[in-house]
Amino acid sequence: MSFVELSGVSKSYGSGARGTEVLRDVNLTVERGEFVAVVGFSGAGKTTLLSMIAGLIAPDKGAISVAGKPVTGPGTDRGVVFQNYSLLPWLTARENVALGVGQAFPKATPEERADRVTRYLTLVGLAQAGGKRPSELSGGMRQRVAVARALAMDPEVLLLDEPLGALDALTRASLQNEIARIWQADRKTVLLITNDVEEAILLADRIIPLSHGPAATLGPAFAVDLERPRERRDLSRDPRFKAIRAELVAWLLASGKQRKPVREVVESIPAPRAVEASA
Amino acid sequence: MKRSTTEKWVTYGLLPALGILGVIGLWALASATVAPNLPSPLKTWETSKPYVLEPFQKRGELDQGILRFTWYSLGRVAKGYVIALLLGTPLGLVLGSSKLFASSFDPIIQILRPVSPLAWLPLGLVLFGKPEPAGTFTIAMCSMWPTVLNTALGVRSIPNDYVNVVKVLQLSKSRALFKVYIPAALPYMFTGFRLSLGIAWLVIVAAEMLTGAPGVGGFLWQEYNALIYEHIILCILTIGIVGYALDRLMMLVERRFKAATA
Repeated sequence: MSFVELSGVSKSYGSGARGTEVLRDVNLTVERGEFVAVVGFSGAGKTTLLSMIAGLIAPDKGAISVAGKPVTGPGTDRGVVFQNYSLLPWLTARENVALGVGQAFPKATPEERADRVTRYLTLVGLAQAGGKRPSELSGGMRQRVAVARALAMDPEVLLLDEPLGALDALTRASLQNEIARIWQADRKTVLLITNDVEEAILLADRIIPLSHGPAATLGPAFAVDLERPRERRDLSRDPRFKAIRAELVAWLLASGKQRKPVREVVESIPAPRAVEASA
Repeated sequence: MKRSTTEKWVTYGLLPALGILGVIGLWALASATVAPNLPSPLKTWETSKPYVLEPFQKRGELDQGILRFTWYSLGRVAKGYVIALLLGTPLGLVLGSSKLFASSFDPIIQILRPVSPLAWLPLGLVLFGKPEPAGTFTIAMCSMWPTVLNTALGVRSIPNDYVNVVKVLQLSKSRALFKVYIPAALPYMFTGFRLSLGIAWLVIVAAEMLTGAPGVGGFLWQEYNALIYEHIILCILTIGIVGYALDRLMMLVERRFKAATA
């Protein structure tokens, strides 16, 4: 059995004729220590998918399990980083991180907890900024605090919901490197949700596209067989990188049109050229 | 720079002074023409002089300086107000967080909310037998509703993001309450506290008039009976100024808290 497993998961909002089916028959497995990215259009239901694994919403059909246990609600075994940071503005960066630590390690002494908070603030490069409130931090720094908060609880799985979506391109690139570095150091099981194909290729072992909604579902997995650490500079010239990107984009665009058999659509699109132009 | 300080002086100094002078002029005109029973400004000042110039003087139980009376009234308001906050805040928190509770108790709150202090006071007298606790009861019953309703609104307005944080971090009930829900609702709660204080101060006058307790309201009613109408105006002005000062004070505290939590 896989570490994270979704089988036949469906979710609709509303009911009857006015309801919309967001996700239909989603199957997904993530192995222990694996970094998996789900890539899809905005509004395709990516956040819904992640919220179900986090236990914030329940699926209508299907089953979700993490580490062999069925998911019935949120738990400290899953750390979540939200797109909009979701830090508490009246607490300092340190206090925000400490909030989860206190709950996840009830038996630890205050010193042990403080050490833990310091360790993870240092890991995300914010050892000096612990006393600042979120309003005094930049967007990138806030998201680092959110990552530290999630990691400091020592979750089994890290769920990242478009963690870099609200950042400018430069900050985004530097945080992508940061996430890659942290993952190499920590080797957590990670599920990343993103709308950025290149971000997914840079970070993930395996990429699974989510088709265009409504009633979105997951496509075939694309393995990313690029060595780590991956250098952004070299990557953009790497033919394997280009191939994966072209295939992924083609699959996603095809899913946006009518659901034709994938291969047929891929062949009908002059994929690489279109991709280069848009990249 | 120079121009803006002048502008400020005009806006906050000259214009309000002109407004006040205008109203005093109208008051003098009215007492001289259509309302002969209304004491003129000058007469009001002369009769009130000993109460204003020696504001803490105590010449007798019902003959004391105006600030001394005010002090008694503030003491009563403080008691009733503290009780209102101690009852109203938890009630608001529960009302805001539980749909069941809200559906059950919202109608009765809406019914009790508009009841006048004049109606609560006799019930307080029946319940407690003595005027002093009856007054406190009345102030508490009248002034707690803004706190209840604003606290509940504050809890209901907590962004979904924070609720999700509470869930994914698996915060305990007490940690969620003190680290997330109360700080998030605090700006609303302070609005409630400020409105409640305003009502508490409104109610004190009625409570003292009915119970005859020494204070601004008691003094006002006694001087009406003693036909010293100038003192009615003195009391009205005092009540107004103190109420305004209390509101400003609460606004300052509120701003402090908002700055600290934002």
